[in-house]
Amino acid sequence: MGTVRDKTAIVGIGATEFSQNCGRSELRMALEAILDAVEDAGLKVEDIDGMINYTLDTADQIEIVRSLGIPNLSFFSKVPYGGGASCGTIAHAVAAVESGMANYVVCVRSIRDASGPVTYGDFEPTRVSGDTYMGMYHPYGLLTPVSWVAMFAQRYKHEYGIKDGDLGWISLVNRENANRNPKAIFHNRTLSMEEYMNSPINVEPLRRHDCCLSTDGAVAIIVTSAERAKHLKQRPAYISGVIQGMSTNGEVMTSYAREDITVLHETEAYGKKLFEMADMTPKDIDVAQFYDAFSPLVPMQLEALGFVGKGEGVPYCEGGTRIRLDGELPINTSGGLMSEGYLHGMNLISEGVRQIRGTSTSQVKDAEISLVTGGLGVPSSGLILKRR
Amino acid sequence: MVKHEEKVMTPRPMMNQDTVEYWEKLQETKQLHLQRCQHCKTYSHPPRPTCYKCRSFDMEWVPSSGKGVIHSYVVYHRSVHPGFKTPYEVILVELEEGVRLVSNMVDCEPDEVYIGMPVEVVVDQAFEDVAMPRFKRQNI
Repeated sequence: MGTVRDKTAIVGIGATEFSQNCGRSELRMALEAILDAVEDAGLKVEDIDGMINYTLDTADQIEIVRSLGIPNLSFFSKVPYGGGASCGTIAHAVAAVESGMANYVVCVRSIRDASGPVTYGDFEPTRVSGDTYMGMYHPYGLLTPVSWVAMFAQRYKHEYGIKDGDLGWISLVNRENANRNPKAIFHNRTLSMEEYMNSPINVEPLRRHDCCLSTDGAVAIIVTSAERAKHLKQRPAYISGVIQGMSTNGEVMTSYAREDITVLHETEAYGKKLFEMADMTPKDIDVAQFYDAFSPLVPMQLEALGFVGKGEGVPYCEGGTRIRLDGELPINTSGGLMSEGYLHGMNLISEGVRQIRGTSTSQVKDAEISLVTGGLGVPSSGLILKRR
Repeated sequence: MVKHEEKVMTPRPMMNQDTVEYWEKLQETKQLHLQRCQHCKTYSHPPRPTCYKCRSFDMEWVPSSGKGVIHSYVVYHRSVHPGFKTPYEVILVELEEGVRLVSNMVDCEPDEVYIGMPVEVVVDQAFEDVAMPRFKRQNI
């Protein structure tokens, strides 16, 4: 078996503005983001022959192809399990390009989570709980993603003696990064530890500022071969590793049957394979964009991916020194899902690419290796990008 | 302790071919039953067609002691459903058999709940045709 290491690259990134009321359809935003990415890459719409989005996207691929007059797609697929799909879309794109099934693949996510009819943070009372396990949880009032993660977080806090406020550093560092990023929704809003501690409890043990930001917007990303990438407009972000992960006895965000619910099993499983694929270790990572739908997921990922030992994730983030821009491992440099916007993880990939290009608003000096992770507690995915 | 707004319907337990027996057994016998593999005796919850340990399809239903401890819990402070009055707790109980159930308490306030709290099952006839297992403090 060969490896996909550095044989493909991200050559175009595009996006709409991120807002809390976009005033247009998800289809329209998807089209805007794709055109932006095509322009960024220096390609023509006619070059696009592959497309991947989330199963949750309402912007249908057939409507995108029709609206943009894309002549032929030879590869299209969709990735399930919410934010776990993010780097998974790139994995599918790499598989398509490496196998020769498509040459220029666009990955896109368009979301109206702030102004749409139902946001991910809320529960529609008329909704039918169809899943095997959700059908057993909803009737008890365990209704929303924050509560599903809070159940893991409560046990995690209990096992490692984590106190109220200890998770706040993650929110604070994200916000500092967003304050330097004019495109971030919270660009103009600072956050202090005092404000964090005074923010209302959403679902105990998580506060409002432990949660991501309902957002409208779209992000598009174009993948092609390393060979073709050389002739395009941008410095390529070479894909050193990309992988999906699904583990046994899992559920979507509620894998409570597992012996240890303080471990992100999918992340642990894909992480080993991802680093092996890229021939790297966590020490090689210069900057990381961790899927931060909720703050406890950051230390849990640091542990699952081997950056620190079990139970060491929260102490690592304490004070923010190690995870700030000038720290050992700068994280979520655009502000992440908690402060830039919740584009279901796709904006983290764009930021990973900007770090490789050297164009981030919180640029890590001489960043050569950039890690991006997909949604947590669900079948997930990860990505390592390289400058060379 | 979960309190409901009386006139607002809360979600009913949903069932499919793989899980319906769990609810039927509870409704018919008023006793909690769990799914167990006939071969390797591994318990499974939520129910499924096979044993994930030995891949046997021979699953049986056995009565549970109904006793366990709280493994984790959350407390809703922000309302997302008009049928549930905040604050209310949702608990994750680890039963003596080793499986875990998501549920509520029937006899204590959210701030009295703690990890490690011994609890036992109460069969709550939440809907006319469907009972739901909830929990109370264990008398020890």
